[in-house]
Amino acid sequence: MQTTVFNLIGRRLLGAIPSLFAVIVVTFVIMRLLPGDPAAFFAGAAATEEAVAQIRTQLGLDESMLKQFWIYLQALGQGDMGRSFTTGQPVTTDLLERMPASLELTLLGLLIAVVIGLPLGMLAATHPNSWVDHLCRLLTTSGVCLPTFFTGLVLIYIFYYLLGWAPAPMGRLDLFSSPPTDVTGFYLIDSALMGDWELFRAALAQLILPAISLALFALAPLARMTRAGLLGVLNSDFIRTARANGLSRQTILWRYALRNSLLPVVNTMGMVFSYLLGINVLVEKVFAWPGIGSYALEALMSSDYAPVQGFVLAIAVLYVLLNLTVDLTCSLIDPRMEAAQ
Amino acid sequence: MKPVAEWRYLLLQNPLTLLALLAFIGVVLCALFAPWLTPYDPFASNTANSLQAPSAAHWFGTDQLGRDIFSRVLMGTRMDLGIAIAAVCLAAAIGTFLGACAGFYGGIVDRSVGRGVDIIMAFPLFVLAMAIVAALGNSVANVVYASAIINMPFYVRVVRSEILVLKGAGFVEAARLCGNSNARILWCQLLPNVSAPLVVQMSLNMGWSMLNAASLSFVGLGIRPPSPEWGIMVAEGAHYIISGQWWVALFPGVALTLTVLCFNLLGDGLRDIIDPRRRT
Repeated sequence: MQTTVFNLIGRRLLGAIPSLFAVIVVTFVIMRLLPGDPAAFFAGAAATEEAVAQIRTQLGLDESMLKQFWIYLQALGQGDMGRSFTTGQPVTTDLLERMPASLELTLLGLLIAVVIGLPLGMLAATHPNSWVDHLCRLLTTSGVCLPTFFTGLVLIYIFYYLLGWAPAPMGRLDLFSSPPTDVTGFYLIDSALMGDWELFRAALAQLILPAISLALFALAPLARMTRAGLLGVLNSDFIRTARANGLSRQTILWRYALRNSLLPVVNTMGMVFSYLLGINVLVEKVFAWPGIGSYALEALMSSDYAPVQGFVLAIAVLYVLLNLTVDLTCSLIDPRMEAAQ
Repeated sequence: MKPVAEWRYLLLQNPLTLLALLAFIGVVLCALFAPWLTPYDPFASNTANSLQAPSAAHWFGTDQLGRDIFSRVLMGTRMDLGIAIAAVCLAAAIGTFLGACAGFYGGIVDRSVGRGVDIIMAFPLFVLAMAIVAALGNSVANVVYASAIINMPFYVRVVRSEILVLKGAGFVEAARLCGNSNARILWCQLLPNVSAPLVVQMSLNMGWSMLNAASLSFVGLGIRPPSPEWGIMVAEGAHYIISGQWWVALFPGVALTLTVLCFNLLGDGLRDIIDPRRRT
């Protein structure tokens, strides 16, 4: 068991190297096509021709594309993703600083979606054609149609402007609070660790609206897959046998049916999470959230290529780890998966 | 049953699909006749009349430059629908070609197409679209290309798996025995059989593609501002939401949501009609 799990992890990580390399190459090429001259941008508006040329040499921009790529790869091997023109800091520092903000938001969004979506899908599957089923269908059909940026704005209008329940959509904390001591970078966890519940409440208040806008989108595929999977399993022969043997409805649902229908749900969860990482850009823009999405967007707008390359690479690495987690979870749920791999 | 009678029967059995089909026809008509339906010039600004709430004169109110939002939402239909249709058609054409070749010929063709698809799917798709538009420049054509590229993998997969199943079928053997070339078998025998799942995929994809295009404009990549486009209009309205001028962002946002809803209902309905086994 132990060795097969390590084998699986090792094989998956090795197998991910070609696609990670392809992502690095493609991003590098696309970023070199960006309009604007980084050297001129870096030198400032008042710089002379010579100063710009000097900076170009400094940045290695006068080398051939292949040479530049080789230099970039070497630096990457040492964990150096280059320097951002706009913030003046190493990209690695910037990304590490902003990553917790994005992850906290995405994870909370996913958590809300799971907490609502799974029970909803289960209720819909166990009570087909009831009002819960219709509600589930309504939510799953309309959920995927909502543009996340628009949902965010509607939530802001209702809960900030009309009701005044939510604080102004201006980042992770309001002006009067100072961030908790940095342990995990997740404000909710850090403030709870400090025992500062006032701060916890303030952080949660900022977090809840953007998390709900993400959750509304993520809810639909989760509830839909849960319902479809569970419905299929509940109609299968072994459930009929279990019922014929006189097992209670609860035992059948929780011990037999649920575990067998979880596989597609876990796979969907992985897919939804990776999709949420992408559309984080939109939610972060609406809520002025200082995450990696808004960082990459600003960099893209000012043709600052190093942060965008770093961002795409970071997300691609997250994808690989995510898919690995999904596969490991699947083999825990269904031991047959492990033999198949 | 005759095809017309059959379709009428199927649509009457699925009232929601019928409704979605009617709404879709309505959206297409809006897009086609938008310039003649708008009560005001969608570009004419009138700062004396800016940020007016909805009224009898301006049904959806006016924006920060005093432009009529109703006229702009109507004109936006043309832009958003056009981009979605163009992107989906382009993605379907290229994706079908690649998927069909990969499934039919196998071997090195299959492996290289599969590798290419894997590379695209290794990116966060929306971010890839952002990067492509940023690199190629902000224009309608580039938004279409970017959307087509991130949609293409889905078509490659659908068509490839269908062709893989079909190519061993008896009618393909029969066609080959009759002396048909590979290309002719692909084009005349296999592709017509793939068209049903392809149409379903396209209609399900249309809504997603429209959301993507609008999201690109929302973040400032893609179509440039004075153009009436729903994503840009929501982005412009975003500044006024916190001061209570809800109508600037609401109407284009609702138009976008309802159009995408209509596409998705239509896609679900078509899938149920064409392939009842996949109903969820």
